[in-house]
Amino acid sequence: MTTPTLVFGWGNPSRGDDALGPLFVERIEALNLPGVECLTDFQLQVEHALDLQGRSRVLFVDASLDAPAPFRIEVIGPANDASFTTHAMSPQAVLQVYCDLNDEEPPPSWLLAIRGERFELGEELSASAAQNLDAALAWVRAWLARAEQEAR
Amino acid sequence: MTDLETASHPENLRRVAIDPVSRVEGHGKVTLLLDDNNQVHQVRLHIVEFRGFEKFIQGRPYWEVPVMVQRLCGICPVSHHLAASKALDMIVGGTLTPTAEKIRRLMHYGQILQSHALHFFHLASPDLLFGFGSDVAKRNVVGVIAAAPETAKKGVLLRKYGQEVIRMTAGKRVHGTGSVPGGVNKSLTADERAALQKDIYQMIAWSREAVAMIRQLFENNADAYNAFGRFDAHAMSLVRADGAMDLYHGGLRARDKSGRILFDHFDYSHYWDVIIEDVKPWSYMKFPFLRALGPDDGWYRVGPLTRVTNCDHIPTPLADKERETFLAFPGASGATLGYHWARMIEMLHAAEAIKDLLHDDDICGSDLMATGEREERADRGVGVIEAPRGTLIHHYRVNENDEVIRANLIVSTTHNNQAMNEAIRQVARQYLNGHEITEGLLNHIEVAIRAFDPCLSCATHALGQMPLEVVIVSHGGTPIDRMTRDMHGVCSRD
Repeated sequence: MTTPTLVFGWGNPSRGDDALGPLFVERIEALNLPGVECLTDFQLQVEHALDLQGRSRVLFVDASLDAPAPFRIEVIGPANDASFTTHAMSPQAVLQVYCDLNDEEPPPSWLLAIRGERFELGEELSASAAQNLDAALAWVRAWLARAEQEAR
Repeated sequence: MTDLETASHPENLRRVAIDPVSRVEGHGKVTLLLDDNNQVHQVRLHIVEFRGFEKFIQGRPYWEVPVMVQRLCGICPVSHHLAASKALDMIVGGTLTPTAEKIRRLMHYGQILQSHALHFFHLASPDLLFGFGSDVAKRNVVGVIAAAPETAKKGVLLRKYGQEVIRMTAGKRVHGTGSVPGGVNKSLTADERAALQKDIYQMIAWSREAVAMIRQLFENNADAYNAFGRFDAHAMSLVRADGAMDLYHGGLRARDKSGRILFDHFDYSHYWDVIIEDVKPWSYMKFPFLRALGPDDGWYRVGPLTRVTNCDHIPTPLADKERETFLAFPGASGATLGYHWARMIEMLHAAEAIKDLLHDDDICGSDLMATGEREERADRGVGVIEAPRGTLIHHYRVNENDEVIRANLIVSTTHNNQAMNEAIRQVARQYLNGHEITEGLLNHIEVAIRAFDPCLSCATHALGQMPLEVVIVSHGGTPIDRMTRDMHGVCSRD
């Protein structure tokens, strides 16, 4: 059976704050929470629509230069947003691909955008990004607890 | 220096920038200098190089390198993983076991399959299906899925299959550790082999359909496709000892513009004897050239189009037959858009090669690492592989403490730097000269770049960082027109 909650974080662990998505996933995975599956990749791509099948909820997690610190959370839905560069395919576009491939609405989805500052190859996570990551992790525990409650 | 590379009086011209180029991997920018009559005087593709990768690698123990280099590029990490492993095989010495070489090949063909599928079905097909100047809001992958859902779905599933091959051979979906200096650390289990065998014939069938689709597009648009961004170029790729296509290993073969062989089966461990990297003041990216021909005339083309035309045959029957058809089609083998056709022939070859490997018992073997008497460790290693986008060179020097002290990588897109510039200059001459610049016309430039499937500077991104902005500046430096396209595909003009 497919695990009901998917946490999908993306980014390059060796490019400074771009590691926020993968680090977030790593920390959640370490909790070994029942009913939660964690996936990570360098960037979102069309085939990730297949990873959404059978889920009850999906949390997308990425570093962001636009989000206010420490993070922004928003409910997202499918969108023909034409995210042109493939390495920047948006989660909304992935949800749209899901709709078109499966001819059904995607699972309820959220985008957690954690504020980052520096993205150069070989850089460490910045101090401010590390703080933002902690804040996001504190928030997600409540989100996951609510999800578990709803599942019951 | 080639025509349209540098305008004689740039101070009197207005500047148009396409920044960043969309639907290519990474960040690129094209600048055009135009006069008051929209005549093009200068066209340049600027690429943000893999900045700092040497520094990123230097000082690391050599055995960490095959895993680390995957983080240089989020698009073709497997190619870097394998090229680094091949270079470091030279450091540790010994000969790969049959299982190790076949597992690496399987991983590589999985990468070729998924990369080519993504490019054709989701990056190139919007232009090919809807037209180069069609509605920008539709000209994207979501538009393809809406218009041709079955085609798009096959693209998704081909890509997924290739990634499953990678996952099973590399051990993980991303940041795999499968290939190590001297061998591999896992082979396939019987269950993994059976799972991949189950779907491979479907992948071959869909790959054949993809070849047929691009062949049909060429037949329907022969004159336009053959002429689009066309230019003559020298060519270089690896070939097997018998002249066959080999994407994992071989010797270097180069041909001049007329098809005459310049060198053949050249041992790549001394690549610098035949290739030199030049620099130009206006670009961060190097411009490699063939040493014998010099910097002005020695630039060359790599990648699918070169590989399919440079080899003597393809060692899998269906792809070889398609190669014959391709070569017999008048004009296609020298066309910039011929990259798409050649890419699909390679995808079919990859699917056939995966099938053959899945029927070889060695892929489930337990003899994973080279063994034998340890000889004195070499201090230099070179690994070359034909990555999805073309020839990829990794070159390392290691000190007595096993630390990498020097690294040089020549990636496929760097080899194609001058060729891509030539392609867009041709397009500028053909389509832009004398016309008012529109988004559709600028997309013609991007279509030419995308044919090469360039990987510009990969794996960094953040939400909200990918707009397209075109600014027209007067010769006095004042912006006089500005067009933007945001993340939602909305174009607006100030």
